[in-house]
Amino acid sequence: MLELKNVNWTLPDGSVIIHNLSVTIPEGKLTVVTGPNGGGKTTLAKLLAGLVTPTSGQIYFDGKDITNLDVTERARMGISYGFQTPVRFKGLTVQGLLETAAGRFLSFDEICDLTGKVGLCTVDYIDRDVDASLSGGEIKRVEIASVLARGTRVSIFDEPEAGIDMWSFNGLVEVFKDLKQKGTTMMVISHQQRLLDIADEIIVLSAGELRDQGPKDEVMPGLLAGEIAGHCPVGRRETA
Amino acid sequence: MTIVPLNPIAEKMLSTVADFKGEFKGAYNIRQDTGCAGRRSTENIKILPHSEGKPGIEIHVAPGTKNESVYIPATVTRGNVNDLTYNDFYIGEGAQVVIVAGCGVHTDDGGEAKHNGVHRFFVGKGADVLYEEKHIGEGGGEGRRRIDPVSDIYLEEDARMTMDTVQLGGVDSTDRLTTASLKARSKLIVRERLLTTGSQVAKTRFDVVLEGDDSGCDLVSRSVARGQSRQEFLSRVVGKARCHGHSACDAIVDDQAVVTAAPQLDAFSPDAALVHEAAIGKIAGEQILKLRTLGLTEEEAEAKIVEGFLK
Ligand SMILES: Nc1ncnc2c1ncn2[C@@H]1O[C@H](COP(=O)(O)OP(=O)(O)OP(=O)(O)O)[C@@H](O)[C@H]1O
Ligand SMILES: [Mg+2]
Repeated sequence: MLELKNVNWTLPDGSVIIHNLSVTIPEGKLTVVTGPNGGGKTTLAKLLAGLVTPTSGQIYFDGKDITNLDVTERARMGISYGFQTPVRFKGLTVQGLLETAAGRFLSFDEICDLTGKVGLCTVDYIDRDVDASLSGGEIKRVEIASVLARGTRVSIFDEPEAGIDMWSFNGLVEVFKDLKQKGTTMMVISHQQRLLDIADEIIVLSAGELRDQGPKDEVMPGLLAGEIAGHCPVGRRETA
Repeated sequence: MTIVPLNPIAEKMLSTVADFKGEFKGAYNIRQDTGCAGRRSTENIKILPHSEGKPGIEIHVAPGTKNESVYIPATVTRGNVNDLTYNDFYIGEGAQVVIVAGCGVHTDDGGEAKHNGVHRFFVGKGADVLYEEKHIGEGGGEGRRRIDPVSDIYLEEDARMTMDTVQLGGVDSTDRLTTASLKARSKLIVRERLLTTGSQVAKTRFDVVLEGDDSGCDLVSRSVARGQSRQEFLSRVVGKARCHGHSACDAIVDDQAVVTAAPQLDAFSPDAALVHEAAIGKIAGEQILKLRTLGLTEEEAEAKIVEGFLK
């Protein structure tokens, strides 16, 4: 459903961040993107959401070329992206952000439902500003809730586990499972074993290049082998 | 003071600046074009003519008054009016009161409409005052709309005053001066929100002296400057005892607007803890991006950010 074809992203100084990347995010499945720090995972998410425009190559959504569509247009087509580092706003409340995301007013029960999914107690947070006063884990959970509030066909989460305590994380795993059941197409960037466990597909990115992509059962052994050997994940292509 | 009937322009402005719905609950004094368009005292809140014979009023709140409000809005509804009023507030010990003091200036006849309110607040021991003030300018034509408020605040021991001021449009020129002197354990909290557009100018000056041990102030100004407007934020916090002083100026600038922030902190005691923060800049690009990923256009995102910022 989402597809990158021969995408390159090069900085003005010539350094190559994404190199000739071709990947597919299949419809209705949970794809986990993993790989070492700086491998290009967040850049891949930004390419899909339109925050970064490829230097060359094409991006397709349902077969339609969206390479030149901007962030707003892609959001309205049904792509949502939860940032790795959430943005803080002075004066925008949790309720305000969630309603902006949903595109309508939300009842107290609806907000409860959303914040409950990410383990925040609604009464304590509904009126809080999404500003510097929220802790790292709190704002991360609000960020995830903002993606859930949109309920779009495609949801991209960038390291949703980062900074989140294990109790909330358990709930989050359930939320992802639930979304998967409802047929949401998900791309989750993660280093977490428990998220890899519920993946349908795994993409491994390293140094801006695709190292592996395929069903979990085929990709996991190579990942684990790399982990045991203590070096960068290489994927099947190179081990074969 | 002459008694005048409430006119429709004033009535409309009153609904904006003082939430007027045909009447006020509690004590009130409505000032209109230098005259008086209504006054009521209550058992605990007495409104009297100024005792020194100056134009204006005295508001006496009885000690121990709980949860009462007093409305003292002022309007100028036409050009060539230069309204000057002296309002003195005497807040009795332990009283809790809300003062609503909106001001609207309207001109469309080419003449200048100006309101200049000089307020003095004598806040007794342990009293708690919430002062809410909204300013607007209205009408068309060349005539300038000016509001130049002066507030002098005297907080006795354990007193607390919160000033919530908003000016969100239409005022061509404003020059605000707030001075305060704080005795032991008293607190002053100021929340100022300001939006200037076109060629408007706004100047805010604070001069706060923390005299007593454990006194404290928290002055926070949030503003947005657009067009060719100019804003100036000058604050001076003086610590003369063991005290906490905090001031912050947070401004979004756009177009060719100019914002100047000049904080001054004077510590006359080694136990004075004084902090100032100032942040001036454009709307953060990542905030716009985040809202765009939620489906907003760039313009919608900017409007949303500004709306929240000035809320
Ligand atoms: N705008 C930019 N300017 C310069 N370098 C950039 C920019 N964006 C990304 N990079 C670089 O590109 C590489 C890939 O970054 P990216 O954020 O995609 O990594 P990542 O795989 O998400 O890493 P992590 O696991 O640490 O989140 C990094 O080396 C990063 O420093
Ligand atoms: Mg990343």
